[in-house]
Amino acid sequence: MADMKVYFDHNATTPLHPEVKKEMIASMEMFGNPSSMHAFGREARANVEHARQQVADFIGAKEQEIVFVGSGSEANNTVLSLFVCASSQCSPCSKRNTIITTKIEHPCVLETAECLVHRGATVKYLDVDRYGKIDLDQLASLLNDNVGLVSVMMANNEIGTIQDIATITRMVHENGAYMHTDAVQAVGKLPVDVRTLGVDFLTMSAHKIYGPKGVGALFVKQGIPYCPLIRGGHQEHGRRAGTENTLGILGLAKAVEMRAIEMPAEEERLLHLKQVLQQGIESSIDHISINGHPTDSLTGTLNVSFEGVEGESILLYLDLEGIAVSTGSACASGSLDPSHVLLATGVDAEFAHGSIRFSMGRDTTLQEVEYLLDVLPRTIQKIRNMSTAYIKGGLHAASR
Amino acid sequence: MLQAGEWAYSETLKEHFMNPKNILQGENTDDFDGVGMEGNLQCGDQMMVVIKVDKEKDIITDCQWKTYGCASAIASTSVLSEMVKGRTIEAAFNISPKEVAQELGGLPDNKIHCSVLGDKALRAAINNYYTRTGQEDKVKQEQVKIVCQCMNITDHDIEDAVLEGARTYLELQERTKCGTVCGQCKEESEALLEKYKHIHFGA
Repeated sequence: MADMKVYFDHNATTPLHPEVKKEMIASMEMFGNPSSMHAFGREARANVEHARQQVADFIGAKEQEIVFVGSGSEANNTVLSLFVCASSQCSPCSKRNTIITTKIEHPCVLETAECLVHRGATVKYLDVDRYGKIDLDQLASLLNDNVGLVSVMMANNEIGTIQDIATITRMVHENGAYMHTDAVQAVGKLPVDVRTLGVDFLTMSAHKIYGPKGVGALFVKQGIPYCPLIRGGHQEHGRRAGTENTLGILGLAKAVEMRAIEMPAEEERLLHLKQVLQQGIESSIDHISINGHPTDSLTGTLNVSFEGVEGESILLYLDLEGIAVSTGSACASGSLDPSHVLLATGVDAEFAHGSIRFSMGRDTTLQEVEYLLDVLPRTIQKIRNMSTAYIKGGLHAASR
Repeated sequence: MLQAGEWAYSETLKEHFMNPKNILQGENTDDFDGVGMEGNLQCGDQMMVVIKVDKEKDIITDCQWKTYGCASAIASTSVLSEMVKGRTIEAAFNISPKEVAQELGGLPDNKIHCSVLGDKALRAAINNYYTRTGQEDKVKQEQVKIVCQCMNITDHDIEDAVLEGARTYLELQERTKCGTVCGQCKEESEALLEKYKHIHFGA
């Protein structure tokens, strides 16, 4: 039954691209510290700087604007933490201590923002509409002289909704604030050019685009105030201490190189697979709703709520059939609250508990989608058969 | 430690999840002598338990259920429905969440919350049976009070923890996990801690 192993969780992480794997294996013996002056060090340095150039080119940045970091979370923590520094040494940050972000950011932004409040910052959270788009009028009404930073994710990890970062950035800059976008789910999936977007900071990560885990990059526009989160070394021009993760960095560079080649043709294919999946679900299962924006959305991401069924049980029944998905249900998160993203879009809590995210990638095939469409309807039916959600009229009688 | 490819759940739990026992088919509960419903869909878990009773012997002859819930809720209620059959109403009423968890081969800490609705719905079904059969005097309120809703920690659990050596709130949390999720029960738990310390140790 579970002979087939199919992976519909690419927004969580992706398998290594074979070319990335090859590159990393070939570099395994390059152990020199890029900071060392001898030949071992110089070899590593040359490779790291070549990688930096590749990553910069991929997003339209200059080489010196790329800071290699340990994860997307680290990059996001770094940017937010810049803006509540009370030190008089630290240029414009201290005077403008309001941060605006959204209700649908990744927890690494939301929890950092919460922590900054205890350090004296004011944080305001933008609402989103039912498709997950922020309201530009609300943003305009919140922008004022106290706002130092606006941080809006480019593409949402749970529902795939894409924001208009270029327009948001223009508004933010007119107000004299800095703009950050968490583009972890966007870079490598849709065209991202930092000049077109105009952003001051941009976060990206390797493992979402077939690169290794434990490495990401932060774009910091030249001339923008900056303060390292991790201190104690001159690496990354003093912007991020710690000996470079050379293998990871080479993996990241190879990953973006492959994305540049494969991404253009992939978009249409993924969009087709998503349509097949969505239509297949809509035609075989009733009482469902699609979450996220109908058009401005990641091509490989489909988020669906199934009425009357709890998400963790769907996830685990699918797992038994070899299918990997994720859910916005509270039970799967270890907390008692369902997905904050879905709740922010106004989805009813019951529907949030019953949500499943299917995220596809370069290796997803039509055959896999068909297998999923074969298994899913009977899985939902099985759970609905044992669900209390369909007991009509009996509820009040039963409870007393 | 979790091994590669292993579930976060025990094999018994997995088996009950894959092949749940005694699911109520359809919606009709007319054939049953007691019906209990707990939880709600908004919170992400709801449970219905129905029982048939041998009225001469006060023994539960059948127990079926339905749930909107996760794997732990499904498996624990499946196990519970097997455990109660053939027991007296009294014995069934007193089955604790702990016994169910043991029968399942243990539950991860963050899943205990999900597994308790089955027992609650069973007790509601038993009370419903008493009401229907004109034995209102036997309807029992919860004999134990749940203090920590998240981890389902009762006043009895807190008393046990004190007897086993907990003297501070932190020690109480270490032993019972109470207040480790939402933390709303801190004040009440601390008061009970002091009470039981006083009762048992004069402290």
